Amino acid sequence: MMRTITAAAAVLVLALLPVAAPWLQFVLTLAIAKGFAALGVAVLLRAGLISIGHAMFFAASAYAVAFLARAGVNDLGLLLILSVLGGALVGAIAGSFLVRYRAIFFAMLNLAVSMVFYALCAKLYGVTGGTDGIPVPVPAVFGVVLGEPAFKSVLFYFSLGLMMLVGLAVERYLNSPLGHALSAVHTNEIRLEYLGIPVWAVLLIAYVVSAALAGLGGAIAGLAIGRVVPDFAFWTASGHLVLIAVLGGIGGVLGAFIGALFLELLHSAAVTVTDSWNLIVGTTLIIVIIFMPQGIYGLFARKEATSL
Amino acid sequence: MLNAVIPLLLDSLASAALIFFAAVGLTLVFSVLRVLNVAHGSLYSIGGYVAASICLFIASRQLNPYWSFLALLFSAVCVAAIFGPLIERGLVRWTYGKSEAVQILITFGLFLILEDLQRVIFGVQSFYEDAPMRLLGTTAIGGVVYLNYQILLIGMALLVVIGLRLLINHTRLGRLITAVVTDREMAQSIGIDTNRIFILAFSLGVFLAALGGALATPTSGIAPGLGADTMVLAFAVAAIGGLGQIEGAALASLIVGLARVLAIYLAPSLDAVAPYAAMLVVLLIRPYGLFGSVAARRI
Repeated sequence: MMRTITAAAAVLVLALLPVAAPWLQFVLTLAIAKGFAALGVAVLLRAGLISIGHAMFFAASAYAVAFLARAGVNDLGLLLILSVLGGALVGAIAGSFLVRYRAIFFAMLNLAVSMVFYALCAKLYGVTGGTDGIPVPVPAVFGVVLGEPAFKSVLFYFSLGLMMLVGLAVERYLNSPLGHALSAVHTNEIRLEYLGIPVWAVLLIAYVVSAALAGLGGAIAGLAIGRVVPDFAFWTASGHLVLIAVLGGIGGVLGAFIGALFLELLHSAAVTVTDSWNLIVGTTLIIVIIFMPQGIYGLFARKEATSL
Repeated sequence: MLNAVIPLLLDSLASAALIFFAAVGLTLVFSVLRVLNVAHGSLYSIGGYVAASICLFIASRQLNPYWSFLALLFSAVCVAAIFGPLIERGLVRWTYGKSEAVQILITFGLFLILEDLQRVIFGVQSFYEDAPMRLLGTTAIGGVVYLNYQILLIGMALLVVIGLRLLINHTRLGRLITAVVTDREMAQSIGIDTNRIFILAFSLGVFLAALGGALATPTSGIAPGLGADTMVLAFAVAAIGGLGQIEGAALASLIVGLARVLAIYLAPSLDAVAPYAAMLVVLLIRPYGLFGSVAARRI
């Protein structure tokens, strides 16, 4: 009960923040977008699988939005649904062979796949516009054509709503037998197989879910930024997603969003002071991993938090 | 056709040799410390920056330009002596025995720190100092002009393969390293100072990466972002060869070099895809790499 109230209060604060400080709206939209993607990474981290390649799905959906908009699809809802399905499809294809691998091999293969994707995006100039990327136009919202500032506001509140809905759905998934099986894969995979649970299927479902989440984040980010570039898929972007997930804490759904908000707000605070932003992030990351392996979320939720 | 392919081949072999330096260090560190150092690429670019700075200093003081060859080696030794023990003792040793996720993340944090430090110290403009390459000149065979420096690079890579093999098979230090790689606990219990081996092996890895970076500056210059690019290429090469395999890394850099030539020849726009595609294909068929084995890791 206490948690529901805290969460509701937090969402309310988030919703009101841009009213007080309009420049925060873009920062918060981007934070929510990255929170979705980090949540996807966190789902896999539950099973002990670290993916340094999830920026691929982030980028895949963002490109899907751009391509669909170019093909004439001009509705926010439709764009999001189709692009997330696109991300999930890419996830199903990649996942079908990637979930056979574990530990460092899983990490390496995800990296390899995502770098092939990145290189293709950067090199296929005719299709993807190369490193210039593709612009994402402002779509209509349920048939209403909006100006850019109005659309950005709508996008923010829409993302906030999605954050709650999708967050609840993922929480239900993680608390279902399917979700608990993920932690069981981490603890002892062979035991799970002896129980008659197909580990491959458990992990493939998790992989598709995580790809769809990363895709949703990418689609929102693409719409918020207004341009999609190959750097969305570069391996350092994947690293940042893992970083956000771990910073926030992989124990609960909230962790990913807390991590993303913390990082984006810290970012906008830090850029006014220094250019050496990564220096701060890197140091924070190392301190968090060594001294508080349960992440920021672990500070609030002592019991359920999961460490790496 | 041969006239068109051979310079291309030499070109990609030379760049493969540079990547090999980074990859072999990565693979060496992984086999001894069992940590995949994501910050390895940054040490390559730091080596490059230091070498370029010293070479520019030599040029500005109008010293004998041949000193710049020594400067390349000297900068790699400096980077290894400073960063090797510092990073291993200060950071990497906290990750021993932890999960891969922790190791990758901590070294990723280090990568972010090192990338920004370079930006702070060396700025964002690119460095270019080609004195060593100009000094060596060119050779013309059958109407095709070759850069002697590229031949030097390939020779150096071969020398490193042979040198490392000799070090590991025929010296006391090499035997100690082999013992630690084969069975860390057993090595410790018979009195081998594993911490010393870790520091030495890590510093050797740093040295190789920094040497690669130093040797790369005369050919391609150095700019921000090089560390990240090198990291993932070194990673690809190390993974193709099998993590922990020295000869594997050598063969893998050959494969990557050839894949690149083939890509440039057949589909020029896809040359950047070739190394990753090769990595993907090899890893899907043999996830432990060409030379790697599923069970015991050997060096």
